[in-house]
Amino acid sequence: MNKKLEKILQNRELNLVLLTAVLLIAVTLRAPSFLALKNIERIVNDTAILIMVASGQLLVILTGGIDLSVGATIAFSGMAVSMLNQYNPSMPVVVLILLGVLIGTLLGAFNGACVAFGKVPPVITTLGTMSIFRGFTFVLSKGQWVTAHEMTEAYMNIPKGKMLLLPNLTIWAIVVFIIMFYFIRYTRSGREIYAVGGNKTAAHFVGVSEKKVNFMVFTIAGALCGLAGVMWTARYAAAVNETALGFELQTVAACVLGGVSLAGGAGTLTGVVMGALFLGIINNALPVVNLSPFFQMGIQGFVVLAAIVANVLMEQRNDKKLLAGRRR
Amino acid sequence: MSNSMEHVSQSRLISEASLKERIIDLVTKWEFILVVLFLAVVVYFSNASPYFLDYFNMMNTTFNFMEKAILALPMIFVIMCGDIDISVASIMALSSFSMGYASAHGASTGGIVIIGLLVGLLAGVVNGLMVTGLKIPAIAVTLGSSSLFRGISQAVLEDQAYTHYPESFGYFGQGYVGDSLVPFELLLFVILAAVMGFVLHKTTYGRKLFAVGNSLTAARFSGVPVDRIRFFNLALNGLFAGIAAVLLTSRIGSTRPNIATGYDMEAITLVVLGGVSITGGKGNIVGVIIAVFLLGYLKFGMGLLNLSAKVMIITTGFLLIGAVLIPELLNMLKSWRKLKKQQQD
Repeated sequence: MNKKLEKILQNRELNLVLLTAVLLIAVTLRAPSFLALKNIERIVNDTAILIMVASGQLLVILTGGIDLSVGATIAFSGMAVSMLNQYNPSMPVVVLILLGVLIGTLLGAFNGACVAFGKVPPVITTLGTMSIFRGFTFVLSKGQWVTAHEMTEAYMNIPKGKMLLLPNLTIWAIVVFIIMFYFIRYTRSGREIYAVGGNKTAAHFVGVSEKKVNFMVFTIAGALCGLAGVMWTARYAAAVNETALGFELQTVAACVLGGVSLAGGAGTLTGVVMGALFLGIINNALPVVNLSPFFQMGIQGFVVLAAIVANVLMEQRNDKKLLAGRRR
Repeated sequence: MSNSMEHVSQSRLISEASLKERIIDLVTKWEFILVVLFLAVVVYFSNASPYFLDYFNMMNTTFNFMEKAILALPMIFVIMCGDIDISVASIMALSSFSMGYASAHGASTGGIVIIGLLVGLLAGVVNGLMVTGLKIPAIAVTLGSSSLFRGISQAVLEDQAYTHYPESFGYFGQGYVGDSLVPFELLLFVILAAVMGFVLHKTTYGRKLFAVGNSLTAARFSGVPVDRIRFFNLALNGLFAGIAAVLLTSRIGSTRPNIATGYDMEAITLVVLGGVSITGGKGNIVGVIIAVFLLGYLKFGMGLLNLSAKVMIITTGFLLIGAVLIPELLNMLKSWRKLKKQQQD
């Protein structure tokens, strides 16, 4: 019985569910309307973009890398597509979405090529492209914004409309989740990511190409950022140069909260989704508990650090247990 | 390990090499490339603008990049050991915020400076403790703490700013040495660079840094206190961020929560551009100093030609990646040529 309880306590996703529940109850006590169905729906919808991008970040982190350029990639692809929409209002929405994904894919592939074939460490590559992509966003837009009245109604409706009772944006996130879940879990390439992240040498000897995997994860992460760029600009009905500034921290935070190891090789998509929802609840709860939005950055940093420390302490305890068990 | 083996065989090759190969070796040396690039920048911009090659201008523009240069010095140590610190800009924000707070509550110039330095050091100690005490990768810790440190100043300052500093506080970031045209910031950088260069190349601490960078495990088994060194590096990084914060705050005379945004990227760029290997164990202070002036005068020249700040940021980004990518490509070319030669034999 005791062992069973301990096993439950060690289940990362379950822990996070418990933590989320506690957080929800605490906020609801303060403001009962927080738990209303409509508000829950809004929180999920607010988190949808984070879920998409964080699932791309998950792949990169699983290989032991990190992608700091996600915010800039979102900004660039969002700006490019919004400007296309502004100057060619007749262009079909489907084409715009596909172009957004394509642009993101290309930017991601640039990251991937530097890391996989140029042997530039992921931190350096994406720290560099973070400035490069953001800089090109300014160059492209000449510092101008694309505002709501310059976008077509159809474009702004991409995330806005409703289907099957759920907002479109939520449905997009669910579709991304299902595809990524299948990809990570049931395809050869998906499993290879874990192999490379877990043990590079072993992966090499069983014939997994590290280069291919590295290139692939950054490209997929870029593609998801491209999609997110379209969703972001359409949802907020504005493409500005500072779109998604600092968003990389939130995506990494979602991964860390979800129990993904930054050393690579361990972590699940469901964990990441729950980590993202947890962050979404915090962000939505700030005004409810009367904290100014200026607190958001500090609280996020604190949550990330706390989550990392919790992860590490848990891992260390498990290691000690394994050792003790072996000695017996 | 294979890295150092290659190094040994390479140096043997050099001693037996012909004059032509010696020249090739010198030309492909990183510091040589940097000097050539620096000269190219000077020649190009002095032709493009009559205001570039002017003693007053060249001295005065150092105000714009000395804070970043000072950040780069301890960052050499951090990167040398295979760590990274992307929180220095946020430490500057926190340190600057504390100085503004102290000044608003009537602290004297001396008190303000001490508080700025102490807060920087403290932030570095927090980073160091988490990295070495809890064994968390530095990138993870500093990504989180960068948000926390800046977040604290943002939570308190909101959209306000501290703008009242004592008049004498302005000297650190605006003053000149005596009656000369040499900025105090430049002199401070030269002194700090000399000290850090001495530590890196002439002390046992410096040798230990190289040892940790080459192989952390080997260094640990040889009795090098690896974790203590990595902790000390990160703490030092915090202290230097405090120094940079004093200079920057004094120079612009105000503190906003978004102060020094992007400085961490530039400091890392300077270190990597200076030839310090990001995988650890290689690099020297001279390369980084050349990189400081190369990038600084490149930006000065671009500014004279009215290029926007965004173009400069893009250039910096490409330099950061290029500084790692180009030597790697050269290496690939070399080994490919070697392979071809072997096949011919």
